[in-house]
Amino acid sequence: MRESKTDRTFIIFNYIFLSIVALLVIYPLVFVVSASLSNPQYVISGEMWLWPKEFTLDAYEKVFKNKDIINGFVNTVKYTVVGTALNVVMTILAAYPLSRRDLKGRGVIMAFIVFTIFFSGGLIPTYLLIKDLGMLNSFWVMIIPNAVAVWNIIIMRTFFQAIPHELEESAMIDGCGNFRILWSIVLPLSFPVIAVMVLFYSVGHWNSYFQALIYLQDQDKFPLQLILRQILIQGQMDDMIQTTSESFLAQQLSVEGLKYAVLIVANLPMLMLYPFLQRYFVKGVMIGSLKG
Amino acid sequence: MANVSEANEKYEVSGKSEKRQMQKEVKRKARSRWRKAVMKNWQLYVLLSPVILYFLVFHYFPLYGLQIAFKDFIASKGILGSPWVGFKHFERFFDSYYFWRLIKNTIGIGVFTLVVSFPVPIILALLLNEVKSLKYKKFVQTVIYAPHFLSTVVVVGMLLLFLKTDGMINQIIKLFGGTPIDFISEPSWFKSLYVFSDVWQTMGWSSIIYIAALAAVDPAQHEAAMIDGASRLQRIFHINIPAIMPTIVILFILNAGSVMAVGFEKVYLMQNDLNMSTSDVISTFVYRSGILEAQYSFSAAVGLFNSLINFIMLIMVNQIAKKVNETSLW
Repeated sequence: MRESKTDRTFIIFNYIFLSIVALLVIYPLVFVVSASLSNPQYVISGEMWLWPKEFTLDAYEKVFKNKDIINGFVNTVKYTVVGTALNVVMTILAAYPLSRRDLKGRGVIMAFIVFTIFFSGGLIPTYLLIKDLGMLNSFWVMIIPNAVAVWNIIIMRTFFQAIPHELEESAMIDGCGNFRILWSIVLPLSFPVIAVMVLFYSVGHWNSYFQALIYLQDQDKFPLQLILRQILIQGQMDDMIQTTSESFLAQQLSVEGLKYAVLIVANLPMLMLYPFLQRYFVKGVMIGSLKG
Repeated sequence: MANVSEANEKYEVSGKSEKRQMQKEVKRKARSRWRKAVMKNWQLYVLLSPVILYFLVFHYFPLYGLQIAFKDFIASKGILGSPWVGFKHFERFFDSYYFWRLIKNTIGIGVFTLVVSFPVPIILALLLNEVKSLKYKKFVQTVIYAPHFLSTVVVVGMLLLFLKTDGMINQIIKLFGGTPIDFISEPSWFKSLYVFSDVWQTMGWSSIIYIAALAAVDPAQHEAAMIDGASRLQRIFHINIPAIMPTIVILFILNAGSVMAVGFEKVYLMQNDLNMSTSDVISTFVYRSGILEAQYSFSAAVGLFNSLINFIMLIMVNQIAKKVNETSLW
């Protein structure tokens, strides 16, 4: 199809505009990577603006020597793995029965669950409940209060409903119980949606800090995001730099470098998984949007 | 005469009891059928039970606990034992000098976000839809989705690093001969920083849903329009935009309904003592007075006030959309 003149100018402008948008998004990310690999002196003076200047891994060395960061990293991995496992199991437990048309009271139970999207007790009553349950400052407070998300139940239920009902019926005629049907027929067919759920939930756990901010008090239980907050936002670095031999200026500089490096380390798992994640995430958004 | 009426009465009574018996029979049968259906699928209810227990404890019990907003909560007396005080806490909130500041900031940030963050993904999707080279399209998408995976702490951390007086942005300002600006502690900059960093982080991801809606547009419509000599821009305005209008309206209702529900996480991280006059919103206030100062009843009342407004907003916007556009949530 040939393009008219106005169309051609439109297309050219479109390419230019989208390229600028992409550049605006990617530049800060590239800057952080380069800054973490540069001599901090050039970052502060503004001489490093795209590629690393005086390439060095000093900052990373400091990050991996920092006990708080390593401890936070380990905690976050624990919370993410255990939390995601519970999330996925709970989502399946909710979504499978609710996907079955022959479940009596299905509408009522669904309404009971969806209701909580619109009405919640809010921060304070929830906090008091957690306190009464004795879960404050415990490992499980990072896991159980967020055991399942309503939106993900809906996504998974939509997926289960698309599985041909005849499969389940014929299994039932062969004398299969519901547990068996779920385990040997439905779940093996559900790998894509389970992958989406694992990714949705694990990114959520990895990135969250609110839960920890409110319910945790001990530094040694803090997830990485809270440690990051101390370093990047509260500027609590003095006690974190163990090299006392450096001059004040040198310390300031190494703090600067460490900040960029810690940003990279905090996102490393996501950065490495991103190309693989993206396809599944997009799929998940699609399944969800069909319903909504 | 008396006998007749008596007989009549008797007849009626026996008729009624017969009817009642029949009804009972029907009910009993229905109930046993229902019970059978439930029993047949008992395993499904077993699967559901931990989920129902979870929602009861972690979502419905806090709703019950919300009554402390109308009480003076005393920990030793518990939720039930604490004395009722009516609307005392609400009145205290409405009368306090920070009330209007909180409302102004919350609405200001909410409306600013809606006005800027909402249209950008739509425009982005419409433009991406016009890109013919699949490779280039894929590349742009991969790039603009990426910030979605960064945590709030990381995004705010980057913001602070870039906007420091000797940070990257001020280096650029200096390069062009300007004077550095102290973005972080300047109250007038707070809202713009909040909203535009939000656009940076979410525009790509939010465009996915529109890109999906655009993929469903029938190509025959475009072919017909092209034969009639319609330009690309004309086709965008007369085919693509009307096609994704229902999606736009639904998302607009959801977004407009949450204008007052400005999230805690990012505002809290960007807050400091110097920009408090523009950055303090209801959710951060609830956190401070509730969790940090332990004024449980008061902050529960403030939280309840906020969620009531959110709910009313959602219903109002939905009603308006129904009238204007005939698309609505319910």
